[in-house]
Amino acid sequence: MLDVVGLTASYGPVRALEDVDLHVEQGAITAVLGANGAGKTTLLRVISGLLRPQQGTVRFAGRDVTRRPPEALVRLGMAHVPEGRGVIAELTVEENLRLGGLWRRDRAWLRAGTSQMFELFPPLAARRSKRAELLSGGERQMLVIARSLMSRPRLLLLDEPSLGLAPLVSAQIIATLRELCNETGLTILLVEQNAATALSVADFAIVLNLGRKVEDDRAERLAADDRVRHAYLGM
Amino acid sequence: MERFVDLTLAGVTSGAIYAAVALALVLIWRATRIVNFAQGGMLMITTFIGYTVIQHGGSYWLALAVAIVSGLVLGAVVERVLIRPVENRSPLSAVVVTFGLLVLLQGLAGMIFGGTPRSYPPAFSIIGFGNANHRLLFAPNDLWVVLVVVGVMAVLALVFRRTSIGLRMRAAAFAPEVARLLGVRVGRMLTLGWALAAGVGALAGVLVAPTTFVSPTAFDATLVYGFTAAVIGGLDSPPGAVVGGASLGLALSYVSGYLGSDLVPLGALVVLMVVLMVRPSGLFGAPAGRRV
Repeated sequence: MLDVVGLTASYGPVRALEDVDLHVEQGAITAVLGANGAGKTTLLRVISGLLRPQQGTVRFAGRDVTRRPPEALVRLGMAHVPEGRGVIAELTVEENLRLGGLWRRDRAWLRAGTSQMFELFPPLAARRSKRAELLSGGERQMLVIARSLMSRPRLLLLDEPSLGLAPLVSAQIIATLRELCNETGLTILLVEQNAATALSVADFAIVLNLGRKVEDDRAERLAADDRVRHAYLGM
Repeated sequence: MERFVDLTLAGVTSGAIYAAVALALVLIWRATRIVNFAQGGMLMITTFIGYTVIQHGGSYWLALAVAIVSGLVLGAVVERVLIRPVENRSPLSAVVVTFGLLVLLQGLAGMIFGGTPRSYPPAFSIIGFGNANHRLLFAPNDLWVVLVVVGVMAVLALVFRRTSIGLRMRAAAFAPEVARLLGVRVGRMLTLGWALAAGVGALAGVLVAPTTFVSPTAFDATLVYGFTAAVIGGLDSPPGAVVGGASLGLALSYVSGYLGSDLVPLGALVVLMVVLMVRPSGLFGAPAGRRV
């Protein structure tokens, strides 16, 4: 589904990623773990086209998509849910949702998709015509995920979906995502600082440290590996 | 009392024009965080184009249509060619570019049309409503000006609120990066925003031309008042531009009628100063400190 080879990227003089390889299996959840500043967010930004890499290639669904702009990648079936407050606060909940599916130019889907998302995330339905700035943190996270699902992606890039959320809320969101993967064959690349949460739901995981990949294995094996847990995951 | 009614009506008419100019500035500020100092020059050129159409026997309506269309095109071209390269640079670069464009357009118009003010016909009669004994300071042409500005504002509000292209434009203005991740072609939306703004500006130019006449510098005052109206409204809010335009139009009309027309420019500056002192972010602006 997604193949990243030898990716190197920097912000000005600061090197954020160094020669990173990554393979994402179709229909699985792959977690990217690591401490703050390990390069997790940078990796997602390069994959989705927001940041241009110095070196390396990104192949998505059989095509070389390195250096394509995000608005083109969306049309190929990639959706990136950025970290933190990705909701557009000035727009209503419903407008945020519609925006996610607009590029498809399919009115029927806009209607069907919106009501589908309200079913999937009931708290949003009650606030559909409210401005997004009035939502709680958990509702915002639901909204940005629902909004990206409106584009009916094949690959979902999720940046810290549990950041700043109550454990119960983030567990709910993660469970919903797992269901989506199982039912629709959606592929997810999940960036998480909370390694325990991520490993409990992911099939595969890589660990980044200071911009380099240091581990790459099945999630349950990383979770069982004491050395990895102590060295990188703080578990 | 009669005088007050007269001044109020006159204020509403000029307020409509200030509101249109303010809206042209606000649309661009909202989309690109650039104050378009060239707006005066752009609407001057498009009004000259309308004037040329009339000179060659075209009707008022044809001239209006041509002016607006050339405004749309000019706005799009300016964004693509001049603004795009400085969009992510320091804000000063954009200031210099738009100022440079203003000087260029004024020089160009001076070379082609000369500096003599030309008269521009109104759409309708400029003889005030009423009878020979008493005529209001409000003529059919003024009514046309107010109605067309209100109509354009309503259409724009509908486009922004109710259509998907409007939703895309708002998303591109509020959160360009998120919009791109959702598949919005932000660059196109900016071009469209500039085109719409310049189209509204072109409309304002044709509407005000019968009063100011047409010359390379004839619209400088209109632009200053439009800018003042935009700042009063908060520079960020289209409804703010309308309210700012209307209130400035009224205020300046009273100043002109009760205190003397020499004091009008001073009056505008006083209004601007008071608003900035009491509410620095304008009547409709978000409080200072932008969200991240």
